[in-house]
Amino acid sequence: MVSVSVQKEDFDIGAEVAALKADNFGVGAIVTFSGTVRDMGGTLTSMTLEHYPGMTEAELMRISEDAEARWPLLGTRIIHRHGTLAPGDNIVLVIALSAHRQAAFEAAAFLMDFLKSRAPFWKKETTEDGADWVDAKETDDAAMNRWQR
Amino acid sequence: MDIKYFSWIREGIGTDEEQVKIPAGVTTISDLLDHLSTLSDGHAQALKERVFVRVAVNQTHVNHDHAVKDTDEVAIFPPVTGG
Repeated sequence: MVSVSVQKEDFDIGAEVAALKADNFGVGAIVTFSGTVRDMGGTLTSMTLEHYPGMTEAELMRISEDAEARWPLLGTRIIHRHGTLAPGDNIVLVIALSAHRQAAFEAAAFLMDFLKSRAPFWKKETTEDGADWVDAKETDDAAMNRWQR
Repeated sequence: MDIKYFSWIREGIGTDEEQVKIPAGVTTISDLLDHLSTLSDGHAQALKERVFVRVAVNQTHVNHDHAVKDTDEVAIFPPVTGG
């Protein structure tokens, strides 16, 4: 079972894990990754995330289904927020469930690497000096490409 | 053709969506970008550095040599920065 949500609202990591575990007694390993807004040494006042409604959900589903095809998973969950966020706020949550740890660790890393390079989100950082779009990192593409086979 | 723009490409062009009549001879994304660049200075500037111009057709990432037709939903945006 793969599940994706793109939302303005915050998420509760514990509640998400509990919901995925419920009635899923074959699960022996749960890996969660969450990403949060950094304050950039105290200079960042807010971060705004724009996305492409429709394609965002479709792309996250494609990434999740790719992960399910590669590892023996017992579920994945992706939540990504959009809108204006403050330092310390949650941005993204990825959860991978499996019988054993290796598949769960690898699938969670795979989901994040593909999300970073494929999911249509754009970050704009606001500081006292103004607002600027975040540049994409070549290291993100390299992180995705390491999964090619 | 319905074209959507995002992030700094949206800001440079000055709209998040527009209907564009596609002239004969435009068959690929690359042709489309060339045509859009003639529409205004904003379009020309925003689409100038092609290495930073990413495109989705019908909500799927494509390369610039991908074919386009009038009924496609085309989106043009810079490299993504989510996560």
